[in-house]
Amino acid sequence: MTTIAVIDHGAGNLVSMEQAVARVGAEPVRISRATDLHEFDGVILPGVGATGAAMRTLRRTGLDHALRSHRRPMFAVCVGMQLLFEWSEEDGAACLGIMGGAVRKVRAKPLPHMGWNDVIGDDPLLDPSPTPFYFVHSYVPRPDDPDVIVGTTRYDDDHFASVVRLGDIVGAQFHPERSGTAGLEVLRRFVRDCEEAARAA
Amino acid sequence: MLRRRLIPCLDVADGRVVKGTRFVDLTDEGDPVEMAARYAEDGADEICFLDITATPTGRGTMLDTVRNTARNVFVPLTVGGGVRTVEDMRSVLRAGADKVAVNSAAVQRPRLVRACARAFGAQCVVVAIDARRSGSGWTVHTHGGRTDTGIDALDWAARATRLGAGEILLTSMDRDGTNDGYDLALLRAVRNRVEVPIIASGGAGTPAHLAEALAPGHADAVLAASIFHRHRYTVASMKSELATLGVSVRGAA
Repeated sequence: MTTIAVIDHGAGNLVSMEQAVARVGAEPVRISRATDLHEFDGVILPGVGATGAAMRTLRRTGLDHALRSHRRPMFAVCVGMQLLFEWSEEDGAACLGIMGGAVRKVRAKPLPHMGWNDVIGDDPLLDPSPTPFYFVHSYVPRPDDPDVIVGTTRYDDDHFASVVRLGDIVGAQFHPERSGTAGLEVLRRFVRDCEEAARAA
Repeated sequence: MLRRRLIPCLDVADGRVVKGTRFVDLTDEGDPVEMAARYAEDGADEICFLDITATPTGRGTMLDTVRNTARNVFVPLTVGGGVRTVEDMRSVLRAGADKVAVNSAAVQRPRLVRACARAFGAQCVVVAIDARRSGSGWTVHTHGGRTDTGIDALDWAARATRLGAGEILLTSMDRDGTNDGYDLALLRAVRNRVEVPIIASGGAGTPAHLAEALAPGHADAVLAASIFHRHRYTVASMKSELATLGVSVRGAA
């Protein structure tokens, strides 16, 4: 069975993500200590909570190094996606720096941006016919390199990167594990990518 | 475009969905996990469980219900009722809830809101306000509506968001159970004081009531219970009605 490391950075609800991974036919393994992440077919960096607290946990456990050197498929969700960038305005936290750019406050009201919104893009993880996904966040990355942006979302006057990709590393600002059947489909595609990468390795 | 949200709410006691008037004459409506799954399949944008059990054993049962729901339902789940400490909130989140609503305990100890927001992020913290008309304004009621605190509801909403509430669940006690429509003046008044999403609750009777509450300058989401329980509308049929009334909702045919 395809194994997916689900990174526990200390905050909130990991259950939903683990259950969603199990639902699409992979085995979730919760990781809270420095581990060779290449033992797994893929990594999910989930996102609930605040970037500063999450980075403190990742640094304390040494998981920050493991994530930076990871070369297999990785899916970073919400705050997890924000952690891929260099730093966050949320509490001035330095992040993983896997992608260039800063995490800034969303320029619209009310905040958090909470609910179901569209993602326009053509990443292989997304369905060609767009359906809304569930968002809940007040900050969003502003990537330096426009080429990493593979999906965008509009909320009032703000138009931001909601899916980013650099090779096998993909980040989504929405929550696939909370986006009903459309979200499960995204996770199913990610698991399929993990299987293919494992076969190719 | 961000859709307006429709949130069915289930009152849960000792692991069963119940329906009654003011906590009396409770009738068994079914299994919460099954009902939540049915609502989600039918297009519910989120699910809300309100734990109306008062006993410690009931609390444990509620966490099992949350766990089983998280296993079967892949839309956001808010759980409220009886959350008094950061540790209470942690156990509900770790069982699989996405958001936790605090009510009486937050009014008594406003610092609880800040502590929960720091520990888990503002997006998890819903402050539920039960408001009743009093003179020219509204006051906050606690303990299932039995206690009038005399606190101005608009001031409390503003303070709760400063302390870290990510969302306000605003119930009009005057309208609750009447099916006469949401208290639109209350929604507008709170909208003018807070910059977080507002969930309107209390008074839903017709699709037009929901549409009014979701108009610009009012609420971002509506909570409804009895309108679905009595099978007058399904979530899907309500969403098509809302779409016809010009409300942007997800998945309306």
